[in-house]
Amino acid sequence: MVEYRIDRRSGVATYVQIVQQTKQALRLGLLEPGDKLPTAREVVEATAINPNTVLKAYRELEREGLVEARRGLGTFVRRSLGTAPAESPLHGELDVWAAKARAAGLDRDDVAALFTAVLEKHFADIPAQHSSDQHSQGDLS
Amino acid sequence: MTDTTGFALEAAAVGKRFGRRRGSGGWALRDCGFRLPAGRVCAVVGPNGAGKSTLLALAAGLLVPTEGRVTVLGTDPASARARVGFVAQDKPLYPHLTVAETLRMGADLNPRRWDAPTAERIVADGDLGPKTRIRALSGGQRTRVALALALAKRPELLLLDEPMADLDPLARHELMGVLMAQAAQYGTTIVMSSHVVAELEGSCDHLLLIGGGRVRLAGEIDELLEAHVRVSGLAQTSLAPHTVVESRTTGRQLSALIRPAGPLPEGLRTSAPSLEELVLSYLRNPQAPGTTPAEAASESEKATL
Repeated sequence: MVEYRIDRRSGVATYVQIVQQTKQALRLGLLEPGDKLPTAREVVEATAINPNTVLKAYRELEREGLVEARRGLGTFVRRSLGTAPAESPLHGELDVWAAKARAAGLDRDDVAALFTAVLEKHFADIPAQHSSDQHSQGDLS
Repeated sequence: MTDTTGFALEAAAVGKRFGRRRGSGGWALRDCGFRLPAGRVCAVVGPNGAGKSTLLALAAGLLVPTEGRVTVLGTDPASARARVGFVAQDKPLYPHLTVAETLRMGADLNPRRWDAPTAERIVADGDLGPKTRIRALSGGQRTRVALALALAKRPELLLLDEPMADLDPLARHELMGVLMAQAAQYGTTIVMSSHVVAELEGSCDHLLLIGGGRVRLAGEIDELLEAHVRVSGLAQTSLAPHTVVESRTTGRQLSALIRPAGPLPEGLRTSAPSLEELVLSYLRNPQAPGTTPAEAASESEKATL
């Protein structure tokens, strides 16, 4: 079960905060497929935010295929986030690459800059999901 | 909560006049029109003396409008009374009764609708002894008892006049959570007034901004915020044809809050206003054109078609 912490001064729309915190819980494995999200009632009782804000966040998560609402039962996690777990071949390749970079005399900042540059090149069309989310304007409810 | 089958509260050209005071002509409210869809949590915001309490008392059926019509849950306020909870600003309770006696009275007065566990839980969460007399309670504790009475009635429409004014921040957050849980579980429509916007931000999804006895803004908070933008640029920038709510020039810089009527001129920096900024801009500028009740009504008509 996740517990949401709402920061009203953050400038990030409340429903976006719920979406982000749910995704973070999915990435960290705090939520797994089959787990139930708290009901709207439980969330609003603890946070004093508007019920429609919670429903809006859950609809967004549902639209992204991360959760599903089962009528009368609640909202459940459908899939986890993070498709490259620690034991994957991708992790191994990156591990080998990092060792090579170090052996070649690169320091930590060099490696980070190189990695970021390549990351930018391949993911230029997909914005990072930071708090400067595209939804962040103006929703206060 | 999300599907709205109707309106919980409607006002059509409502005016209320008290006596014949000079100056304002005695009108506490004038030409007041709006419609609040069922299931919303509505903030009634405005300066002191704007007419907020008058509006709530009209909705509760405690006052009769001098002109126009108030419709509550599809009927007149008097007929809707059993389905409406009202907590007035001064939280009228009987001072000589104990907390337990007060709740028992609530049960007796609302035989078919009384939710005793809810009332007892709200009171118990405030550490109020059942044998304590109302007269011995602090303002905040009295608010808690008044809210317990109103919520245990399981109202379809809950009217709260400055409900949080006497509460400390902890109790305020907790009781706001109780109200939101009520709205989530039963789809209760809640209308609450305050002159502190920050108090309602986050909990309300609908806004009714009242100033000088008139409705200045009415609608979904998201939509109202989206309809406005804060701009800054060079002082000579023309803001026509956009609606200017507020504008200020400092040296060579112009900063303004506007309702855009199309694309904005080049060279303006824009940002989204907060609810508090929006409300304050309108209150500082009594002449700024609001969304008129007619517009709001025709918009909500479109929405319901």
